[in-house]
Amino acid sequence: MTALSIPAGLLDRIRSHGRDAYPLECCGLLLGRADANGKLVIDLRPMQNSREDTPERRYLIVPEDILEAEKEAREQGVDIVGVYHSHPDHPARPSEFDREHAVPWYSYIIVSVEKGRPQDLTSWVLREDRSAFDSEELHAV
Amino acid sequence: MSVTVHIPTPLRQYVGQAETLKIEGKTVGDALHKLTSQYPDLKKHLYSEDGNLRSFINIYVNDEDVRYLERNKTPLKESDEIRIIPSIAGGSAAVAPHVELRPDEILRYSRHLIMPEVGMEGQLKLKAARVLTIGAGGLGSPLALYLTAAGVGKLGIVDFDVVDLTNLQRQILHSTETVGKPKLESARDRLKALNPDVQMELYDAKLTSENALEILKDYDIVADGTDNFPTRYLVNDACVLLGKPNVYGSIFRFEGQASVFGMPGAPCYRCLYPEPPPPGLVPSCAEGGVLGILPGIIGVIQATEVVKLILGKGEPLVGRLLLFDALRMSFRELKLRRDPKCPICSEHRTIHKLIDYNQFCGISPQPQEKLPSDWEIDPVELKDLLDKSERIFLLDVREPQEWQICRIPGAHLIPLGQLPANMNQLNSADNIVAYCRSGVRSGKAVDLLRKSGFQKIKNLKGGILGWADKVDPAVPKY
Repeated sequence: MTALSIPAGLLDRIRSHGRDAYPLECCGLLLGRADANGKLVIDLRPMQNSREDTPERRYLIVPEDILEAEKEAREQGVDIVGVYHSHPDHPARPSEFDREHAVPWYSYIIVSVEKGRPQDLTSWVLREDRSAFDSEELHAV
Repeated sequence: MSVTVHIPTPLRQYVGQAETLKIEGKTVGDALHKLTSQYPDLKKHLYSEDGNLRSFINIYVNDEDVRYLERNKTPLKESDEIRIIPSIAGGSAAVAPHVELRPDEILRYSRHLIMPEVGMEGQLKLKAARVLTIGAGGLGSPLALYLTAAGVGKLGIVDFDVVDLTNLQRQILHSTETVGKPKLESARDRLKALNPDVQMELYDAKLTSENALEILKDYDIVADGTDNFPTRYLVNDACVLLGKPNVYGSIFRFEGQASVFGMPGAPCYRCLYPEPPPPGLVPSCAEGGVLGILPGIIGVIQATEVVKLILGKGEPLVGRLLLFDALRMSFRELKLRRDPKCPICSEHRTIHKLIDYNQFCGISPQPQEKLPSDWEIDPVELKDLLDKSERIFLLDVREPQEWQICRIPGAHLIPLGQLPANMNQLNSADNIVAYCRSGVRSGKAVDLLRKSGFQKIKNLKGGILGWADKVDPAVPKY
């Protein structure tokens, strides 16, 4: 089991992003560094949810945006280490749709936002054979 | 060619933590093949079980998405840079309501279900899908029939027209029995008989800037089967604003086009055609004619693209314009680029809501250049003059193939296009009455001849159709 360390202040920012975007899904990138012990998140980059059809149930970060974010991250000496998104009025567990579209290794933070109020916040990593998500330990630092 | 492949952080674990790799390859497909043969663990994250690139994996060559280049066949030059970029997607729970198939549905769709590209998963996607076709005419017929047969969950149809006998040569949704009935009624009965499970939503209206967003918002995919430019631009803009795929098709005589517009990051109809043609330049099917089979071919291509988008399989006709020529029986493909200055889909867009599309296409509510009333003659008046043996030169400005269908006795044929070169056949001292099918082309002829000094020329009001209505019912209408 891997672990994700993230400053408590950044967790709060993820929660407020979810609250502000409600009833739509919010999304963003986790920027930081990874080593043998796990990943450390240093900064967030809120991203535009490019799904215009069902943004209350889906999020999409288009490759053009990722390309740009990746270049900027590299200039700052950090990497994209994961993604966060919100589940408005749904539990903070990955959906089947999340799994089908998941990229390996990334940490997937999900915050559930019930009736506009941020609740559970969890982190997940795709299993090596793509069959499921495993929960990831979150360390607020 | 030796190229550099940039590996995104999540995939570096499969390539010994390398950030970049040097790979030899003549094309993108070639380079990716070498990459995944060298690092087999990478393969399952780049490709799905059916061998296609996973939907969220995007390949860029020198910052251009290969989907808009030549995909796998995109040629590589020495020291090109390939980037593998995941698009990141997800969401809560299932968007679609939970659906499953009954035993009789399993039987009905069995030829789909046994194909790995469709299977149960794909058929359930079809059942959950909501598709809107604009128009129940030539393109709308095969679209609606095949989408209904394929088992889409909900099919919306927008049409306000009535079935006419001239439609049946190509609009296979309708039948001799339904002539005179609204197309929606005719379509509903036919489609219900084909597949009663498909939920049908009928919009008895013309699609306008006022109702388009409200109608389109409930659908996943829009298939454009319209026959006019204002509606085509309207459908394009509404789809771009709502972020919905617009499966486009158009037909003319023996030729057709198809493409898929409105996908994120991909070109739209305005990137291809920023401006509409001047009104009257491109004839409609009613004016220019169309091979009856042609909308069948193009509509079926549109239906295929709709089904592929729903299944998420294959390579959609995105960033590509397919051109079909029935006489040569050939398909050609043009690459489409996104217009960086596109007024609706670029970052510098200037259109933020639906506009007046008739005005945009130069179509004013009043008919243009109406002739003065004394330049016109009513069919009954003409008949009276002819009966009184007045000397009148009847000028038919239609095409020879129309002349073969019917004509007014004693008329002389000079097609409008040949009129300027053949004015010497006319005598400006004669009383001339010009006619065509409905009076538009002969109006132009009258205008042209008056400007050339002919003072005694008039236009037959309503054309030979008016003549058939008011004077001689034995003249066939077409």
